[in-house]
Formats: sequence, C-alpha cells, structure tokens
Amino acid sequence: MTNYIYPKFGYLRSKEQADGIVKRHPIVVIGAGPIGLTAALDCAARGQPVVVLDDNDTVSIGSRAVCYAKRPLEIWDRLGCATPMVDRGVSWKVGKVFFHDQLSYQFDLLPESDHQWPAMINLQQYHLEEILVAKCRANPLIDLRWKHRLISLKQAADYAKLAVETPDGIFTMEAQWVIACDGANSDTRKMVGAEFTGQFFQDRFLIADVVMKADFPTERWFWFDPPFHPGQSVLLHRQADNIWRIDFQLGWEADPDEEKQPERVIPRIRAMLGDGAQFALEWVSIYQFACRRIDNFRQGRVLFAGDAAHQVSPFGARGANTGVQDIDNLAWKLAMVLRGEAPVALLDSYHEERAYAADDNILNSTRATDFITPKTKVSRYFRDAVLELAQHHAFARPLVNSGRLSVPTPYLTSALNTPDVDLAVGEMRPGTNAADAPISIAGKPSWFLHCLGNGFTVVTFGKATEKTVIEIGPLAARILRVGRDIEDSSGLLAARYGASPGTTYLFRPDQYVAARWTGFDEAKIIEAMLRATGQDSAGQKELAA
Amino acid sequence: MMLNLAPNIANPDDFYAELINSQRNLDEEQALRMNARLILLLANHIGDRKVLTEAIACARAAGG
Repeated sequence: MTNYIYPKFGYLRSKEQADGIVKRHPIVVIGAGPIGLTAALDCAARGQPVVVLDDNDTVSIGSRAVCYAKRPLEIWDRLGCATPMVDRGVSWKVGKVFFHDQLSYQFDLLPESDHQWPAMINLQQYHLEEILVAKCRANPLIDLRWKHRLISLKQAADYAKLAVETPDGIFTMEAQWVIACDGANSDTRKMVGAEFTGQFFQDRFLIADVVMKADFPTERWFWFDPPFHPGQSVLLHRQADNIWRIDFQLGWEADPDEEKQPERVIPRIRAMLGDGAQFALEWVSIYQFACRRIDNFRQGRVLFAGDAAHQVSPFGARGANTGVQDIDNLAWKLAMVLRGEAPVALLDSYHEERAYAADDNILNSTRATDFITPKTKVSRYFRDAVLELAQHHAFARPLVNSGRLSVPTPYLTSALNTPDVDLAVGEMRPGTNAADAPISIAGKPSWFLHCLGNGFTVVTFGKATEKTVIEIGPLAARILRVGRDIEDSSGLLAARYGASPGTTYLFRPDQYVAARWTGFDEAKIIEAMLRATGQDSAGQKELAA
Repeated sequence: MMLNLAPNIANPDDFYAELINSQRNLDEEQALRMNARLILLLANHIGDRKVLTEAIACARAAGG
C-alpha cells in the first residue's frame, strides 16, 4: 500500500569546482530542507542569486514535519508556492482532546471567516519539499547543488570560506553570507562554535505513518490516557494520500530499537483502530526531544535559521513553521544589506526578533510538554483534574494543553518598531504581522496581503495624499490608498485595522507593521522607515544627503 | 485586590468538618485528586491573577 517514490536529484559537478577557481557568492544556503529551500526562494524573490548546498540528493525520508500553519502559507504564497501545497495537503482547523474515552475539549483554530489560507494544512514533508524544489529549479537565480557537503567553514571579516566535499572531491568556495539551515544537529553550528543549550525531556515518542482508509474526520485528535494506550498520550493526524500520522507516547523507559519493530508497532495500532482495521505501516520513527536555542542567530557572516537555530517539542507544530518565519524575517534584511540600502547592523535585528520568537515558542512548547508529561505524581493529579473538569465545566477547557498550535509571535519590543504615539486602535500593533482581509482592485476580488509588495508599503485610509510613493535615499515605500488603489467593499480591512479616515500604516517587506498613525505625515513615515531598516541618526543624515 | 488573610468564613468549624468529611472514605490518591480539582475550582472562582500568585506564594511558604 505504500507508494511514495523518492525522487533523485542529479549531482552535477559545478563549473567552479571543475575550473578550480575560488568564487565568492553573495549568499550560500546550507541544507535543502523546507527552511533552506524557502531561504533560497525568498532571497531570489528579492533579486539575490543563491547557491544551496545539500549533502543528500533527495527529499526528506519519512513524513517528518506534517503541519503547516497559516502564516507560513502566507509567506509561501508571497513566494508563489502556497497553492500547490494547499491543493496537495489536507486543510483542517478543528482539534479534539479526549481524556480516557470522553471528549474533554474542542478548539477551532480559525473561528473567523474571510481569510485566504486555512488555519493549518497537513502535508508530508517530502511532498512539501518536492514543491519547493520544483519552484527553486524554475528560478534562474537559484543554484541547487546536491551531494555537496560542507566540511569546514572559516570566517574572515567580510566573508566566509567554505570547504565543500562532492563526489568529485573537495573544493573551496566563499560566501559573503551563509544561511545555515542544516537542522537540529547542524554541523555548521559546530563549525562556528556556537552554544546550543536548553532543556532535554525524559520521554520517548513513537511516530507511525499508517496507510489506511478510515472515516475519522480531518481533525487533530489527541488522547490523554486512552483505554487503548493506558497511561500515555496519543495523537492522530491525517495527511495526504490516506496516510495517517499516529504518535504514541512511550515513556522514558521504552527501548527505542525494540519499539520500532513492526511486531511491536502493529499491535499498538490494532488496539487503537480495532481488529478489523486494514492498514499498512509506511514509516516508523522513535524520538525524544529537547527545547534549545542558539546563543546568537548571527555568528559573524553566518546566519542560523530553523532547527539549526532552535529546537522545540513537536506539540504545537512550531518547528518548521517557525523556521519559515525566520527566513521571512531574514531575507529582506539580507537583500537590503547586500544592496547597500541598510547597514550590516540591521542583521542584528534578525537575532533580536527571531530569538524573541524562538523563546516564545520554547516557552509554549515546554508548557505543553509539562502538561502532556507531568513530572511528578501530584502534577499528574492536577493535569488529570483539568481534563476531568473540562468534560463538564467550561472554565477548565482553556487549561487543557495538548500543544498550543503555532501562531506568529509579534515582535512587540523590537527596536525596528516605531511605538504608537497617537491614540492606538485595534490589535495591529507595531511588530505584528499584517492581518489579511478580502479587498478588491478595480472591481476584481483579491486579498490584502497580495497588495503588500516586496518592499515597504504605506497603506492609508481616506484621502490624505495624492502621492503613490515616498522615497528617502535608496529607500522607497509604495503608497496604497484604500478607496483609490484598493477597495474595502466588505469593510473588513478597516475593521481588522481599527481604521478611520486618515489611519495610516507602514508595513515592512515581510508584511509586519512597522508603525501606524491616525493621520498621514510623510516626515513621520520616513523616520519610521529609517528606524525599520536599522539606520542610526548618522546613517539617516548620510541617506538624506 | 489583596489576598484576604483575615477570617472570612462563617461557622469555621462547620466548614472544616465539611472539608474533612468530604474525604472520609477516600484513599490517599483519591483525596489528592479531589484536592487538585478543588484547587482548580476555587482558583477559577477567584480569578484575580494577583491574588492567586499571593496565595501560591503564601501556601509555598508553609504558613510563614
């Protein structure tokens, strides 16, 4: 019943290796997983040529990361590949939590309608990577190099020197900037000597991907202490192609090698699905986890993203989803630095903002883990008490924590934000990612996020200006006037942005709010744009001159 | 609001007897589980995060 055929991406000897010439590239990405491939697409979308090195020549073995949230889908839509992912994957938004055999709690991730993308899709990582690889291959700015293993990295003041091993031997290349996306066991991280510290959890989990025809709804089902797997938790998720992810908590004492054997796995699944169930095992893996992060996301000329920078427990789908948002944050900054439009110091804000997000993810993930795996007898009594009470009383339901599913962390304290000074209305504070809303352009329906381009965008409600662009030195912001360039016929845009005539927002190239005002003031917009690109007052004068 | 540490329960002997009697036929595990439920119910009723923090600290200090 298992049919996935892993593609082989051909190894090619590069011209620079053949010629024996050391070439300096603007950006080299290490690792062609979901984060590395997204990094390549985002840098290329911002006009930068990218070389991607991967030590393998195929996609992820096994389904691995399967849940992709709305914000990464918005980012992938900006990069032109969300539609095939959503088409290939299964969309869902309802989660159910059971205690023993009773429903204890149910949640809806997207209670509000009128969003372009679903709250969450489930898609095997290999399918997702295939979509990303196809998109990279179609882009002339992206050079994907398979069977290229980074074996050493040395940093100079303004570049890094990489020794790379291929089937043709070892050669040297240079990179102005390296984006390390080589996963939780990142060799690149070891090469730069960065710290990667945090908490390990004494528990083991079994992941089984099962092919079956089943009539479970497309929802996330989580059991605490179910009759078919007493004393432990179980998670069920649907993926594409009638493949189901079943995640069994095993406890710390379990033997990982024994538990992987089909004769151990199959009875566990049969106990869950019943004796008559027809299923086949597609992939089995045992894991334990840690919540850790790198001391600094920027190590000289090497920028870390995804699991290479932070590791979380899987409950909450915060691994790949966070990694994609790392890239969303990094790519525009790196492109501006490479073009000389912003100082190198702007890249330090990448650490500031994404380490803040990583810490938030680690906090959420650790709390979920403490709920799922209580560390003492009495904490287990509290956990069970929450689950029992939740069956009967609404008050206990928000305390149930089977993983708080990934939502973007607002950069509320970022130095790039211009703090609110006017009377601030609504939730779209500086440092928040832009909420989408249905709009129309010349009568044609579209989405607000589609209108935010690759650069800075000013969105103003009302008739405060006739201009279409604001420029300062090499920086420019396009002006979108609601009522002139886009129509808010449903009124949802104004509602989501707490807008009245005059309300003006400045969005960063990653669609985050940089600043907002009750009126349109060009001088203030320029000041906010300079702040959002990390320009100090000396830099501001330089640009203004 | 501050955690009220002044006497606040009418007929304290009645309340105490009711609390102890409610666990009379429970074994230790059942009683601990009931206590956990009771703490959660009362905490939600109080709601005020500052008061809850004070109460947790006060209980942790073991009567200090």
